[in-house]
Amino acid sequence: MEQSIWLALLSTGVVAGTPILFAALGEILTERAGILNLGVEGMMLVGAVTGFMVTMSTHNQWMGLLMAIVAGGLMALIHAFLSITLRANQVVSGLALTIFGTGLSGFLGKDLIGVPLTDTFKPIPIAGLSEIPWIGDILFKHDALVYISYGLIFILWFFLYRTKTGLELRAVGENPAAADAAGINVFAIRYACVIAGGMLAGAAGAYLSLAYAPSWLENMTAGRGWIAVALVIFGTWNPLRAFLGSFFFGTIDVMGFTMQTIGIQIPSFFLKMLPYIFTIAVLIVVTRETKTRRVASPEALSIPYNREER
Amino acid sequence: MVEMINITKRFPGILANDRVSFSVKAGEIHALLGENGAGKSTLMSILTGLYRPDEGEIRIQGTPVDLQSPRDAVAHGIGMVHQHFKLVKPFTVAENIILGLKGIKEVYNLKSIDESVAQLSREYGLHIQPDSPIWQLSVGEQQRAEIVKILFRGAEILILDEPTAVLTPQEAKDLYKTLRKMADLGKAIIVISHKLSEVLAHTDAITVLRGGRSVGTVRTKETSEMELTRMMVGRPVMLETVKNPVNRSSKVLELHNLSALGNRGQFALKEINLDIYGGEIVGIAGVAGNGQRELAEVVAGLRAIERGQKKVDGNDLTLASPKQMIQAGVSYVPEDRLGTGLVPNLNAMENYLLKGVQRMPSGFINWKQVAQETAEVIKKYDIKVPNPKNPVKMLSGGNLQKLLLGREISGKPRLIVTMYPMRGLDVGAMETIRSLLLQERDRGAAVLLISEELEELFALSDRLAVLHGGEVMGVVDPHKTTFEDVGLMMAGKRMAAHG
Ligand SMILES: Nc1ncnc2c1ncn2[C@@H]1O[C@H](COP(=O)(O)OP(=O)(O)OP(=O)(O)O)[C@@H](O)[C@H]1O
Ligand SMILES: [Mg+2]
Repeated sequence: MEQSIWLALLSTGVVAGTPILFAALGEILTERAGILNLGVEGMMLVGAVTGFMVTMSTHNQWMGLLMAIVAGGLMALIHAFLSITLRANQVVSGLALTIFGTGLSGFLGKDLIGVPLTDTFKPIPIAGLSEIPWIGDILFKHDALVYISYGLIFILWFFLYRTKTGLELRAVGENPAAADAAGINVFAIRYACVIAGGMLAGAAGAYLSLAYAPSWLENMTAGRGWIAVALVIFGTWNPLRAFLGSFFFGTIDVMGFTMQTIGIQIPSFFLKMLPYIFTIAVLIVVTRETKTRRVASPEALSIPYNREER
Repeated sequence: MVEMINITKRFPGILANDRVSFSVKAGEIHALLGENGAGKSTLMSILTGLYRPDEGEIRIQGTPVDLQSPRDAVAHGIGMVHQHFKLVKPFTVAENIILGLKGIKEVYNLKSIDESVAQLSREYGLHIQPDSPIWQLSVGEQQRAEIVKILFRGAEILILDEPTAVLTPQEAKDLYKTLRKMADLGKAIIVISHKLSEVLAHTDAITVLRGGRSVGTVRTKETSEMELTRMMVGRPVMLETVKNPVNRSSKVLELHNLSALGNRGQFALKEINLDIYGGEIVGIAGVAGNGQRELAEVVAGLRAIERGQKKVDGNDLTLASPKQMIQAGVSYVPEDRLGTGLVPNLNAMENYLLKGVQRMPSGFINWKQVAQETAEVIKKYDIKVPNPKNPVKMLSGGNLQKLLLGREISGKPRLIVTMYPMRGLDVGAMETIRSLLLQERDRGAAVLLISEELEELFALSDRLAVLHGGEVMGVVDPHKTTFEDVGLMMAGKRMAAHG
């Protein structure tokens, strides 16, 4: 294959991986605090439609992004209330929110299907960095949100592993009773993380409708929210590894398209299946790996905390 | 220094503390005694802000305080080492210590924290490595981590809930030395314990709870073991075990050159040879971690045998599954009652049924019969179950153990394997468990008793095997040996087998 095709594949892979990365970073934050959020897919969809609508009426894609973040946060607030305050089953609550988000976004976006959008996030090559051979083409010729996602990886990593609040957050996800006895406010931390995670899912949705494929389509996330949830396990709850994973999935996602352009004939349904097949394969590999190494999930993940229960 | 006045705490269906008053002075080690379920842990959880009292007042240095959360308690200088440690396993000792601590910078420097932790632990003679992760530490080390954590917070009032239950005798001695040092520095220390001898030897004052009420406070110097048990149980308890002469029948368990792997893949049992006969209790002595758990699991069929042979009543069961072992009449009372032994979220009836479900021939459960059998066991062994429909995790340690043993004995087993059966039990419950085990022996069952308490082993066993490094150092007759000899064997000295 020619060099330029490789470059194009990897470069679009980064873009295609960005929404998955945003959502996965949010889910890492949520799960590190011990809450499982399976509502990511729904939150992404609501974020996508909200971002699209707001951008249409304000002609400002940043405003659209902001409102998508707010919408994702509000959806997550419902999840937080159900799973932290009411101690509901987190799987059920998350699934319910995905179903709700799918329906709500479909309803809100009924009249937006196929409407073109002009105010979108457009690529801004970074002077200097984008000149670097290979790296520049792959990493530094994208829109602003991609660069923001790079920054978020390092911020989140530093926050989790190098700050006091990050330490407290991880303690809450591992052993809330110990954190509570140490005087940490378990409920506040869990609420904050769930809401922040939902906000990132909202941003992930907005990336789809405002940058990746600037339009609105019903169900346009096409399972990316679920891939993000799987990616958290693949990334062993570590933001740096989540980046590698999302880059990998993004590349697989666009591979079919690239192959068609160079004339390789593969049935399209097979290509569409690829990311999901890889998700399953990766989960099998990683699950076996986590058994031998000591990188298990946060120990209190999906277990509600109740101080007076033993 | 601390006063608790007329504290009352209700849990659904039970009055855990009933107008309890209690006070401790600075510089004093104060013991809190009482039967299982007397309300000791509850009272202390109130003092640490974990539970809210329904009534009553807490005063610290004369001023009433309202402890709404553990955070408030920490702010008032109260720290507690809980019965079940509150440590985050993947974190290091130092990371656990700075959790929730005020005055730590947002972006902290772990190196310098490690240093100050090391310095503080040296000051009190608490040996600990600040940068090792908790999951790598032994129970004794984890406990030291908990104590250092509390000291680091500048606690003036330290509460320890059954600190010696999981320690070896030497570790326990060291712990009391540290506690005395802290008391001499003006701190107030509260220790919950079931071990009367250590309480009498190391504390200044003793408060006894019974059935959620305070029976009274006595000075340690002015009391005796007899008086304390009477206060705790409300009747005199026999501390001496009366034992019928041994009446051995046929061989029940035979282990031949048996080797098995531990959890980390190394050999945890090496060439074990041990026979147990019907009608005798064979004790296994040894420092925890020398193959005891593996031995119990191998016998129960829960751990694969690498080499060698295992027979029950003459039948080769080397490759038998746990189910086949149960069918062969082997009963297992494991170390963790609420995990391997019982299912925490099921109620007493359901837990009782677990072992007997195979006895239901039709495949349908006859709940009437189960309820009746459970009620019999509860009555026979005097188990305090507020409501048989509540999950068993609500029961106190002693009652859990009685329920578990009751269930295991009800099947009239040929062999009972029991690990640390008296751990965390009060004198009354201990008396019951001891006599239950002796009754089973007199009925003709073989008993394999694994324990760290030499007193218990000497009182109950007919023969005593000592494990060290996964090998049997010797089998001795407890009536013809001394504590010292067994202690030497526990440390690795080989003895000629006799008895
Ligand atoms: N969180 C809880 N919910 C319901 N009941 C409880 C709870 N905690 C304790 N209890 C009940 O309150 C009573 C007192 O329990 P507590 O744990 O204080 O006893 P204890 O004296 O510490 O016993 P042990 O020696 O076995 O530790 C028991 O009957 C127990 O079942
Ligand atoms: Mg207790």
